[in-house]
Amino acid sequence: MEVTREPLPGAGDFRARQLLSRDMLRGDLEGEALDRYVEERVMTTTLDKAVAWARGNSFYPMTFGLACCAIEMMSIVGARMDIARFGFEAFRASPRQADLLILSGRVSIKMAPVIRRIYDQMLEPKWAISMGACCSSMGVFNNYALVPSDKFMPVDVHVPGCPPRPEALAHGILRLREKVLGTEKQGWRERYDAVGTEEVLTSGDTDGVQINVFQPGDTAGA
Amino acid sequence: MTSGSTTGSPSPEDYRKREESITISSEPVGETHELLTLNIGPHHPATHGVLRLITTLEGEIVRDVQPIIGYVHTGIEKTAEDKAYWKVIPVVERMDYLGYYFNSMAFCGAVETLLALEVPPRAQYLRVIHLELNRIMSHLVWLGTSALDLGAISMFWYCFREREKILDLFEMSSGQRMHTRYFQVGGVMEDIPRGFEPKLRAFIKDMPTRADQYADLLEKNEIVLQRLRGTCPLDQETLLKLSVTGPLLRAAGHPWDLRKAAPYSSYDHFSFRIPVGTVGDNYDRYRVRHAEIYESVKIIEQALDGLPEGPHITDDRKVALPPRHELATSMEALIHHFKLVTEGFRVPPGEVYYPIEGPRGELGCFVRSDGSAKPARVHMRDPSFVNLQAAAPMVKDSYIADLIATLAMMDPVLGGIDR
Repeated sequence: MEVTREPLPGAGDFRARQLLSRDMLRGDLEGEALDRYVEERVMTTTLDKAVAWARGNSFYPMTFGLACCAIEMMSIVGARMDIARFGFEAFRASPRQADLLILSGRVSIKMAPVIRRIYDQMLEPKWAISMGACCSSMGVFNNYALVPSDKFMPVDVHVPGCPPRPEALAHGILRLREKVLGTEKQGWRERYDAVGTEEVLTSGDTDGVQINVFQPGDTAGA
Repeated sequence: MTSGSTTGSPSPEDYRKREESITISSEPVGETHELLTLNIGPHHPATHGVLRLITTLEGEIVRDVQPIIGYVHTGIEKTAEDKAYWKVIPVVERMDYLGYYFNSMAFCGAVETLLALEVPPRAQYLRVIHLELNRIMSHLVWLGTSALDLGAISMFWYCFREREKILDLFEMSSGQRMHTRYFQVGGVMEDIPRGFEPKLRAFIKDMPTRADQYADLLEKNEIVLQRLRGTCPLDQETLLKLSVTGPLLRAAGHPWDLRKAAPYSSYDHFSFRIPVGTVGDNYDRYRVRHAEIYESVKIIEQALDGLPEGPHITDDRKVALPPRHELATSMEALIHHFKLVTEGFRVPPGEVYYPIEGPRGELGCFVRSDGSAKPARVHMRDPSFVNLQAAAPMVKDSYIADLIATLAMMDPVLGGIDR
């Protein structure tokens, strides 16, 4: 087969475009020429949007399995679903390094304070996905032992199913990405009108019985 | 927090006190050493769920391990008392979430024993096929995640690749990947669809080769061998005293398998061998489960070749739903359907314990009936729960790295432990 090489359309004025850029940077372009230049070549954004774009395309989910759904959560990393295509495959074992908590399974009353503590240990901005029927609505059980995750922590996306297919979880993560790209409120307290609910240890208060409040020098939860 | 010994069971007060403690404490041993109490879990990537271990360390040596459980307690047994017999099946399935066919098999078997119900041979064979597929699937998840704990990450992808193929088969026969509710009291929900058999044949042809590849990857890997060989052995007398069953017991050389010892669901029709280990170390535990994959494939092949013709569920209309086409023509079928859907079937009073061989050991279901349409008591003897007792004697006086490897080789499923 004969290969013919042709210059790209418009590539001939490469030198002209270079000169135009130089003029723009020097501040020599004015009026209509400047308008046209901006329209053709400049993409404007805000820093917030650029950061949100980066965040929304690279979640670091936490290695946190509760029950049945955890197995399906593991299989989204597997060869068939391969969540690495979207950039969400870097599961982190420490809450300090993760920014997405996937609640995969049933949340018992005994486990709820632990989960809340793990969520509080994650650094802002952070998001949570409630995977499966159990931690969204207690699912088929609906009894004394379980608690829906909305009762004790903010959840951004609920993924239905018992357990959801890996495709459903991937869809949930992509919906969360849309949410992250579309909002400027990255902290959960801003997103859910909860500013002012922070628990701060006042000086002199040393009983420290509240969950999630650390005593100075307490490294137990680190 | 004091370092308790492993002998003697703690009182409930002790347990509560231990449970509340998460602070790191230390106490001196001699002049140069000290005992360090370290909390692992409930969230830890190597505990295979939300297990919590309070370990007492002297340097890197584990002197004591106390497992704290209950973090996924779901109240399944209590919920089962509030549902009609056939509605209990999906609830008990979610118990041990890697062996859902086994959970429903134990429960259905117990109810069938109470009803003195004959299960058609085709249903029994279909059950065997699905149980053995489930066993392979459970072992694949175990192998993938355990190898991950030892640092061999590629095993995870290979094992989950084969797991997806098994789940495709489950999806074909029942419509769901997990928690399929395929087993009914009296048989199975539906006959296998067209296309299931060639796909299953392709899988069982493929699977032994894949298992060979796993062995090539792991058994020639010096790191894996160093981590597994000779670590944390336990002899069969101690294991038997602790009621440990399944691959852990077989790894110590005791060929106890309920499929042979007390055959159920026509397991006596098939010829297969029971892999046993010799010394009962972590390497034997790995080898036994790995060899079981081949035996399961053999059973599936025989069951598929000898699959009898006939109905896939009992024709006792008091227990099983009538076929859809009968509803339009038969008044009697309509009444049976209405009674089953609204109230369920009644079970004669009595109690029964029905044990089967799960992927982790003896999975037994105890059902007591008071003659109504709901069970008076459902209790599961879950192998993970009983086997967890052996954790402390296994890892005592070994390195903390071996504790992680041993926990991986024990293969506990916390959903089954806590229920």
